[in-house]
Amino acid sequence: MERRCDRIYVCAGTGCVSGKSLTIIENFEQALQDCGQTDVKVIKTGCFGLCSMGPVVITQPDDCFYSKISPEDVAEIVHEHIVGGLPVQRLLFKNTGGEPVSLFEADFYKKQKRVALARCGLINPEDIDDYIAHEGFQALEKAIRTMRPGEVVELVTNSGLRGRGGAGFPTGQKWQFTMDAPGDKKYVVCNADEGDPGAFMDRSLLEADPLSVIEAMSIAGYAIGSDEGYIYVRAEYPLAIHRLEIAIKQAEERGYLGNHILGTDFCFQISIRYGAGAFVCGEETALISSIEGMKGTPRLRPPYPAVKGLFDCPTLINNVETLANIGKIILNGADWFRSMGTEGSPGTKVFALGGNVNNICLVEVPMGITLREIVYDIGGGIPEGRGFKAAQTGGPSGGCIPSRHLNTPIDYESLKEIGSMMGSGGLIVMDDSKCMVGIAKFFMQFMVEESCGKCAPCRLGLVRLYEALERITEGKGTMADLQELEEIAEMVREMSFCALGQTAPNPLLTTLQYFKEEYLAHIEEKRCPAGECSALLSYTITESCIGCTKCARNCPVSAISGKVKERHSIDPSLCIKCGACMDDCPVHAITRA
Amino acid sequence: MKNEEEKQIILDIIREHSEGPSSLVQVLTLIQEEHGYLPMNVQQLVAQEMKIPFSRVFEVTSFYSRFTTEQKGKYEISVCLGTACYVKGAQGILDEIKRRLNIEENQTTEDGLFSLVASRCIGACALAPAMIINKNVFGLLTKQKLTEVLAMYTESNAEV
Repeated sequence: MERRCDRIYVCAGTGCVSGKSLTIIENFEQALQDCGQTDVKVIKTGCFGLCSMGPVVITQPDDCFYSKISPEDVAEIVHEHIVGGLPVQRLLFKNTGGEPVSLFEADFYKKQKRVALARCGLINPEDIDDYIAHEGFQALEKAIRTMRPGEVVELVTNSGLRGRGGAGFPTGQKWQFTMDAPGDKKYVVCNADEGDPGAFMDRSLLEADPLSVIEAMSIAGYAIGSDEGYIYVRAEYPLAIHRLEIAIKQAEERGYLGNHILGTDFCFQISIRYGAGAFVCGEETALISSIEGMKGTPRLRPPYPAVKGLFDCPTLINNVETLANIGKIILNGADWFRSMGTEGSPGTKVFALGGNVNNICLVEVPMGITLREIVYDIGGGIPEGRGFKAAQTGGPSGGCIPSRHLNTPIDYESLKEIGSMMGSGGLIVMDDSKCMVGIAKFFMQFMVEESCGKCAPCRLGLVRLYEALERITEGKGTMADLQELEEIAEMVREMSFCALGQTAPNPLLTTLQYFKEEYLAHIEEKRCPAGECSALLSYTITESCIGCTKCARNCPVSAISGKVKERHSIDPSLCIKCGACMDDCPVHAITRA
Repeated sequence: MKNEEEKQIILDIIREHSEGPSSLVQVLTLIQEEHGYLPMNVQQLVAQEMKIPFSRVFEVTSFYSRFTTEQKGKYEISVCLGTACYVKGAQGILDEIKRRLNIEENQTTEDGLFSLVASRCIGACALAPAMIINKNVFGLLTKQKLTEVLAMYTESNAEV
């Protein structure tokens, strides 16, 4: 019999694991054993990117792409496909035209360019041999054996790579500063404290390809003259931590980490430190305090960490995605990297696309691609035929971008011009049912809770902003509140100690700029145009009511009265606007306005 | 920390993982994973063993949102309030759970069965709105699905 498939790749990223992919793996192993197909390997991979189509299963070398697989489907795939040689048509992923395609032929991948995510999904993240078979450690070898430290730094500088954590500082310059700083002891720190809600790029990368980050840290260590590194990772990412631990252990065993790496004089070791849930620890100096075992409050800069950082030693801090680009740059050169993206922002950027979009996914695109291409061509547009209202980039530090800026190219400068920022790569799409005042309040609440309390503008100013937003969404706002919002936001932005406070007003300011009419509707007409602010809503039972009494029985505060088979009514003085009646009504006789 | 046995477990964690004051966050994280929470007497023990002023230990436990000084319910419901879940109605799910269990955020039901927290992005954005109960993720939540999930835990009252 012709052998068509000898490897089965099952996604075991957090998204697919939530969809029971670990059971799927077990079922595959069991089913393969039951029918004597023991030479077929089941490989547990990291995220493929197309999370909304998960759990995802890929077979090789025949390259079949199964989507939305459940544990019950496994037996059929094994019998029909693995044994019988005929892929199970009904379970194969199909493009919009309806034809089954391989993973990288899917519409979703057409505009993507995978550099940082190149290995994600294609290797077993818990097997160093798989990593080595996919160019793993070739960059480290090249750097240590054929380049001087200064040449490595020069190459990174020439590539034009900028920090992917948010601010976009040139990575090569950081390496140069740390290399030049005097001191015998230096540190390399990987910032994996992905605190931005709605962003999961770094987590997916660490889960799918942890060794690429470890290799890049070693290269950085060689370049700047450091023998010790820390990975600062959120304790909320147990799977990423688990895989990092395995990766470090395997790299040490094989001589890619530890003493005398690859038989040379270069020594480098890596330890993991847990982040314990503080958004401010994404800020470099706060992160340093946290690694030192203290509360994470920022410190005055300068001196910058490159001069005086962790334990007062020169410290290089790079984000996970930044590091994931390093190996490729060493191997392929600066010109290759600059051939992607734009003049000022070379390379690619990973985005976690989420919210009201059809394909919730992890994507990597060349810089300079437009927002429209990401949302519509890759994301597949807005579900339920609704309209696009705004896209939010940069998380709580970024801004809401309205539809008239959909053609803005995605790069550091262009996003800044329209009031947002690149941020770490969270990209949340909102449809026309979302209240923009509510979104501003949501982010403000986040920042109030996450402000570390060190400086007054951020600690107090953000609370005042939140209170004003709360008044507006409750229908108690006045025009004076609007003015206060603008004034305090400006003050917080200019006077806060660190980037957290300086950027915290961005979601508010961009919604004020682009959606001012919504603020005015809340204040002047006491109306929420999107119908989200519950205090401004009222529920009415229309003539379509059949008198089934379901709403009256389910109302938690007994605000609904009426006789059987007669139209019911809601007492507005009792109604808590929970919406339970509207959800329950079998004939959709309840309206909200 | 109620008895010598528990104390010994905590001491073992400190001795294995403490490499000086800089490992405080690490040690506290591991103790909480084992013990469930960090009451005063545990924090005092950590301060004493690691030779760190108690005020600094308390400063750290009160600063980071992951640390808790109170005992949690048997099932900890953690509702994701990340942006992706928020735009898909997570606030409504959270409010509904509060109403049904008659508790607020960071509280535990009287029978000690459920405690409720709102968390920042659990990374299951494709399943938004989502929540975690102990280690199980429940996604694409609706009020209907919430009823089923809560009933499953209340009725069986067993590890799921």
